[in-house]
Amino acid sequence: MAATSKALPLLQRRAPSGIIRWLTTTDHKDIGIMYIITSILFFGVGGIEALIIRIQLARPENTVVTPEAYNQIFTMHGTTMVFLFGMPILIGIANYMVPLMIGARDMAFPRLNALSFWTLVLGGVIMYSSFLLGGAPDGGWFAYAPLTTKAYSPSHGMDFWALGIIVTGIGSIAGAINLVVTILNMRAPGMTLFKMPLFVWQMLVTAFLLLFAIPSLTVDSILLFLERNFSAPFFAANAGGDPLLWQHLFWFFGHPEVYILILPAFGIMSEVVPVFSQKPIFGYRAIVYSGILIGFLGFGVWAHHMFAVGMSPVADAIFSLSSMLIAIPTSIKIFSWIGTMWGGSLRFQTPLLYAIGMIAMFLIGGLSGITVAIVPIDLQVTDTYYVVAHFHYVLFGGTVFAAFAGIYYWFPKWTGKMLSETLGKWQFWIMLIGFNLTFMPMHLLGMDGMPRRVYTYGSGLGWDIWNELETIGSFIIAIAILIFIWNVVISMIKGKTAGNDPWDGFTLEWTTSSPPPRYDFAKIPTVHSLRPLWDQKHGADGNMPTETPKATARTEASLRPAITAADVAVAAAQIHMPAGSWAPLLLATGITILCYGMIYGVALAAAGIILSLASVIYWTWQKV
Amino acid sequence: MANLTNTNLTSPASVDAASVEVEHTSMGVDNRKLGMWVFLASEALFFSALIATYVILHGRSTGGPTPRDVLSLPLVSINTFVLIASSMALVTGLSAAQRQDIRKAILWLAVTAGLGIVFLGGQVYEFSHLVTDKLLISTNLFGATFFTLTGTHGLHVLSGIIWLILVIVQLVQKRDLPHADFKIEMVGLYWHFVDLIWIIIFTLVYLLI
Repeated sequence: MAATSKALPLLQRRAPSGIIRWLTTTDHKDIGIMYIITSILFFGVGGIEALIIRIQLARPENTVVTPEAYNQIFTMHGTTMVFLFGMPILIGIANYMVPLMIGARDMAFPRLNALSFWTLVLGGVIMYSSFLLGGAPDGGWFAYAPLTTKAYSPSHGMDFWALGIIVTGIGSIAGAINLVVTILNMRAPGMTLFKMPLFVWQMLVTAFLLLFAIPSLTVDSILLFLERNFSAPFFAANAGGDPLLWQHLFWFFGHPEVYILILPAFGIMSEVVPVFSQKPIFGYRAIVYSGILIGFLGFGVWAHHMFAVGMSPVADAIFSLSSMLIAIPTSIKIFSWIGTMWGGSLRFQTPLLYAIGMIAMFLIGGLSGITVAIVPIDLQVTDTYYVVAHFHYVLFGGTVFAAFAGIYYWFPKWTGKMLSETLGKWQFWIMLIGFNLTFMPMHLLGMDGMPRRVYTYGSGLGWDIWNELETIGSFIIAIAILIFIWNVVISMIKGKTAGNDPWDGFTLEWTTSSPPPRYDFAKIPTVHSLRPLWDQKHGADGNMPTETPKATARTEASLRPAITAADVAVAAAQIHMPAGSWAPLLLATGITILCYGMIYGVALAAAGIILSLASVIYWTWQKV
Repeated sequence: MANLTNTNLTSPASVDAASVEVEHTSMGVDNRKLGMWVFLASEALFFSALIATYVILHGRSTGGPTPRDVLSLPLVSINTFVLIASSMALVTGLSAAQRQDIRKAILWLAVTAGLGIVFLGGQVYEFSHLVTDKLLISTNLFGATFFTLTGTHGLHVLSGIIWLILVIVQLVQKRDLPHADFKIEMVGLYWHFVDLIWIIIFTLVYLLI
């Protein structure tokens, strides 16, 4: 599309370049890229923390880190991987892909979108700055009161944690509002809800989960902050308070959070598997409905994290049952993906490898999940490495593997370059081996009683060899990640040019250039089916797989009449896209200064409030 | 908040939609209004958690004062009436704006904001009395949950007042007058929601003690 690149300078006349462009951007694609880069950086930080944990645990009675440092490191490892890597990478991918997949030109609220991103970054800054300001959070990512109250965690670490959680929460709510409105209101003509790509469907459910789960965590963090700083006795049992209140509010957020982390991954799977099987998805509606069902059930299972705290047997039984029910909609999806691959002409390229890896690893995590939903088994293995193994199989084996499938699948769209297949396959196999070496033995250690969250263990318990293997495994994972980063760098420099549609794709994002112009689509496409691009390329009876090279050739041919050079020129001249704005970054900065003011005094807080108000006024009056 | 969005983004699509065969690909509600409803749904969960915390914990206080000892029903009843009256004023202002009677709309918005300020003033007065009656956030669970719940609500009222003032200034500047009623409707959704939350708090905290 030479015409596209010619038309672009017209638009960029107004747009600033360099760092200012990134600080003020409201383009969903820029914001998506920033989300993805930020989350991968945090993945690196959280990964280094994991390696320190593994070095400490490599031998019994090791002294690489002190118990205090160990507490801070495992707390920040969990916090980082959930809030600063897991959610942002999925929301980042959604930010980039959802408007493109539904044929829209941006998100519904571009500046609010930028605010979501900046609150994520600054929330991360708040939490990590605690390392320099007297000690990091040390009460676990779940921050159980009263362990996290002033008496047991005297540094400011947990204050920074609570404030950081509130700030990133603001961003998550804003992002969820944006996603819901964009998906419900801005679909291309003809794209009814049941012609939406499945990734978009799963993001819609995820957005509702965010909306209804995050407030509970926000309230919990507020209560914790007030208890720590103003002696409000919410969780103090000696004053009548209830430590379990923390856990109920936390897990009412925390369990839907698990689905917030996995549903977008299911969405990515449901895009990658059919394209690389060259077959329509098997059971489209089943995947949609099971996603919605998971969303609902996800709010009714939180207390299965609390079997060991002494609830009534009836409550235990109810939550055990509802937890097992979740296995049904989840397996429906797995059968759908297998059914899609069945009889398809599979192309074993890197995205499909990761997708298949995800099915296998997630299945193991799902099965161990059913075992811990059974109350007596949970009472035996709770607080042991068995649980650590379980949630790493679902979150690493599920979410991270699916995220890599998505990254390899959409990287050509984001950059215009293909990632190297050779390096991609090396990375996949090394990561698969490293992952299983790290986490599989944890099942055995857990059943043998090795407690989690403890900085060391005694020798002669038979745990030494497994721990040593796990540490080796964790470094093998690190090698796989380094290969990935090398792959990104080398592919950006001399990767194969991708073209619009490198995978013979189905959905609208592959109809526009790679990377897409600022306005995404010169002409908003009209949609008649689930696979608009495929039908355009292969005709209405296009269910038969075709050879890839031919298909790509036909893509170019069939799209040329659809979007002419004249269209692109008109689009560049006439489509009004919002200009950049400093307001989101300033508002996020104001909120952040206010947070530091909550710890360091009224003057700083006042400055934060003034800056926030000023940026709201600027935001309101700015013409976009 | 009223200007947070950019409706131009959707318009090219809807133009195309008119010319081709049409299935519904939007909810038929303005983006900003839909966003506001979604936000309020989330806010409802936020207040549910705070209210639940109050309901569960306030009676478990190990020492006084109790709600019966210190809460003053007459004062809060007047304050509640003031807040409900402010919602009435806002509706009257909206109706004026819909008739493009901008002067009246400004007047009624000012009344709304003014009544909001009276409400906040009443709350500050109430809080200062509670403090002299030796109820602090750290005194007992009633104090902790009461101040957290009503204080959070008060901050929401304050945000609403700031928003109302921003809208008033825009109307005075004659900025974007054709959409005046839309702006008032948006702030109204938020204001009435905060009002509704207060009625729940009033019932649970003050009437059912």
